[in-house]
Amino acid sequence: MSSTFTDRLLGRVRLSGWVSLAAPILAILFAGVVTSIVLALTGNPVLDTLTTMVDYGSQPRSLVLILNNATTYYLSALAVALGFRMNLFNIGVDGQYRLAALVAAAVGGAVTLPAPFHPILIILVAMLVGAAWAGIAGVLKATRGVSEVISTIMLNTIATGLGAYLLAQWAVPVAGSNNIGTPPIAASGQVPGLTLVPGSSLKVFGLIFLAVAVGIGFHVLLNTTRFGFDLRATGRSEAAAVASGVNVKRMVVYAMLISGGMAGLIGMPQLLGASYSYSLDFQPGLGFTGIAIALLGRNNPVGIAFGALLWAFLDVSANILGLHKISPEIVTIMQGVIVLSVVIAYELAHRYRSVAEQKRVSRELAGAASTPQKEGATA
Amino acid sequence: MFTTGPLGTLTQEASISTETTVSEVAVQLEGITKRFPGVVANRDISLTVQKGHIHAIVGENGAGKSTLMKILYGMQRPDEGEIRVNGSPVTFHTPGDAISAGIGMVHQHFMLADNLTVLENVILGSEPRKGGLALDFAAARKKIKEISDAYGLGVDPDVLVEDIGVGTRQRVEILKVLYRGARILILDEPTAVLVPHEVDELFENLHGLVREGITIIFISHHLDEVLKVADAITVIRRGTTVAEVDPASVTARQLAELMVGSELPSPETRESTVTDVVALQVTGLTIGAEGERRVLDDVTLTIHKGEVLGIAGVEGNGQAELVEAIMGIRPSAGTITLAGEEITTWTTLRRREAGIGYIPEDRHRHGLILEAPLWENRILGHMKEKVNVRGWWINRRGARADTQRIVEQYDVRTPGIDVLASALSGGNQQKLIVGREMSGEPKLLIAAHPTRGVDVGAQAAIWDHLRTARAAGLAVLLISADLDELIGLSDWLKVIHRGSLVAEFDPATVTPEQLGSAMTGAGEEA
Ligand SMILES: Nc1ncnc2c1ncn2[C@@H]1O[C@H](COP(=O)(O)OP(=O)(O)OP(=O)(O)O)[C@@H](O)[C@H]1O
Ligand SMILES: [Mg+2]
Repeated sequence: MSSTFTDRLLGRVRLSGWVSLAAPILAILFAGVVTSIVLALTGNPVLDTLTTMVDYGSQPRSLVLILNNATTYYLSALAVALGFRMNLFNIGVDGQYRLAALVAAAVGGAVTLPAPFHPILIILVAMLVGAAWAGIAGVLKATRGVSEVISTIMLNTIATGLGAYLLAQWAVPVAGSNNIGTPPIAASGQVPGLTLVPGSSLKVFGLIFLAVAVGIGFHVLLNTTRFGFDLRATGRSEAAAVASGVNVKRMVVYAMLISGGMAGLIGMPQLLGASYSYSLDFQPGLGFTGIAIALLGRNNPVGIAFGALLWAFLDVSANILGLHKISPEIVTIMQGVIVLSVVIAYELAHRYRSVAEQKRVSRELAGAASTPQKEGATA
Repeated sequence: MFTTGPLGTLTQEASISTETTVSEVAVQLEGITKRFPGVVANRDISLTVQKGHIHAIVGENGAGKSTLMKILYGMQRPDEGEIRVNGSPVTFHTPGDAISAGIGMVHQHFMLADNLTVLENVILGSEPRKGGLALDFAAARKKIKEISDAYGLGVDPDVLVEDIGVGTRQRVEILKVLYRGARILILDEPTAVLVPHEVDELFENLHGLVREGITIIFISHHLDEVLKVADAITVIRRGTTVAEVDPASVTARQLAELMVGSELPSPETRESTVTDVVALQVTGLTIGAEGERRVLDDVTLTIHKGEVLGIAGVEGNGQAELVEAIMGIRPSAGTITLAGEEITTWTTLRRREAGIGYIPEDRHRHGLILEAPLWENRILGHMKEKVNVRGWWINRRGARADTQRIVEQYDVRTPGIDVLASALSGGNQQKLIVGREMSGEPKLLIAAHPTRGVDVGAQAAIWDHLRTARAAGLAVLLISADLDELIGLSDWLKVIHRGSLVAEFDPATVTPEQLGSAMTGAGEEA
């Protein structure tokens, strides 16, 4: 029990063995039970509703949507998780993502480059803008000691205003709608989709591979590099990090820059794979979804992948509920309950495991126990 | 005295039964067993403490002393065994339960809030209420005064904790426990941070408490003081009680042999290895603004290759600041030169890279990441050393192999290098840190209390390592509260008082008494 609850919550302490699997599964079952109760209380058929959701969610078309949503969620949660691992609460992922997508879309629409360079340029611009916006909070914290929680929340609001202003400056009417958006990105800048799921003509975002690569990069950076070591050390004990020669202020700025750079990527699959233009329909709140999923996945790239898929499944299958005259908000309740119960389940499983492990050790030592005791007595 | 069961045979050699009157038993632990993953911390321990006694518990690092006390204080649940307080069986789920049963514990690391007054610290968590809402400070102040007077603690309730020394802090901790109504007091290594005269004061206080009928259980690695104050001694080895001894009938040497089976170490080191090559030169080091009281005031010192410079002083007189300034953790004015190169503007990492090893005084806050495995802790502070990294990458295999080497060379008692640092006993954590900081052939070692909390056997081993390194040219800045260690290990001694170096001594001729009085600033006025 020597690690604190927050350490475990934010994944700074490893949970090993079956705990990391059993806990979320139990939590999801529990969330299912709670949702059933809510459904029953509101007078809806429990089993029917759940089977309808699963049926709908497992259709090929839905599977593509789930993968696409999950790609976006995954990038968002990774951006949040990087900060969490260092004890930095980057609440501003949402603003970073929206501003980055807007500027990148405007740049992408304004230039034409040969195929591989055009999307690369757009992605780089997005990462730079996201990093810069998050970097403001990093610099404020390092130089002035401003809490990043406060500054990133304020930067979110500023990003909304700034975004609306910039969009008004750059926008053209979107063909076939009343919306306005940035000029569309030419074909050279688009990333073609993939027909991954048989039976559906819908395409999976080509940038799903970017998300996978970012996940692998996250793991490699944190666990095998000096930078990652310094980052984790700072997250676990800032005082020890300082005494060991880690430049904590610089780490704060770097971590915010990287987190922001990753936040910049969130809008890319959608921008380069489907919309080709930034308009007002870019989904707000993705950064906050990322916080929930980062918690679900314990800030670990594999866990987050599962969390993102689950979240996307719930979102997509919620669409069918309206047809059955069931409020889709039931899914929001379910998502909330899942996050809460996962957090609780991890904690319970952790405690149970400590006890079980001690019992196991004691069984193994039971046979040997008599020998050292005699040894002690004769000495 | 209480020699029952399997212990009977072995205690006869060490103790002489002095059982004349059947006195009351305050605490009785029977068959306590506590297992952690990979280790049995307590194995079938039995302990009987008489009411009104000072009962000492001794044993080598990792023997299970702290664990046993945490069990008695409700911080850990025993796997087996029974606890009886004043004759009746009890089960504690939290320290709160233990407190209600009249048991209080003072941990080795003080847990006082610096920016609160003594009064606020004492009532924190059990605030007296007036009419259900308002804090009743007057009543609390009165009660604190009463307790302080009754036991001769001499604590002023209205000073800020940051303004008082460690000795007083310790008394505040004790007062805090008494305030909550404790009649049985557990002190885990209470003298580790104290200088000799403070130790004497503490023992006077303890005697005062005992006269009022309070029972005291304390853990210490300083066998001389154990023999001096204890009414009874229990020796724990490898998690089990191996002897109950009567302090009047054993010597420190016999006690050490019971504990570790090895002889008492002596830090004697007379043959000098001091060269005339300057390793560290500190000039005019100052912390604190003009006008106000400076925590460090114009400190100048030189350490040569192969020299150990000891700094004596009551804790809180600027030692911590001096160390942190040399390490580049705390900004300061003045110049610092390492082997002829000025390092005043260097970062901490660069200083460490240049060959400064650092054993911090607070191992939990500054020396380790408790939630990381041992091998990751090997890398901490040595993020540029060959064995630990290859360019940008962590050299996992190298770091693990070198951790294994430290564990073996420094006798760190652990089930493996993958366990978290928090699972090691205090002394074993210290050994790991010492081993780490002596790795990579440092030029200069800043050692703050290098053997604090370490048992006598391990202490001798660490002293040996230091001597060998010194003979090979290591310069050491040694800060210690242990005067024997200072006198025995140093080639030259300086005394720090209120941030200035006020006196210096040749350790070959100085007596602990002279040193002690210089440390309290007595020399200054004269
Ligand atoms: N939370 C824990 N998890 C796992 N093992 C532990 C834990 N706490 C203590 N231990 C192990 O139990 C044993 C006894 O530890 P304990 O802290 O009681 O020793 P100690 O006698 O107080 O030693 P020291 O003199 O070094 O303080 C050690 O082997 C230690 O590694
Ligand atoms: Mg201990």
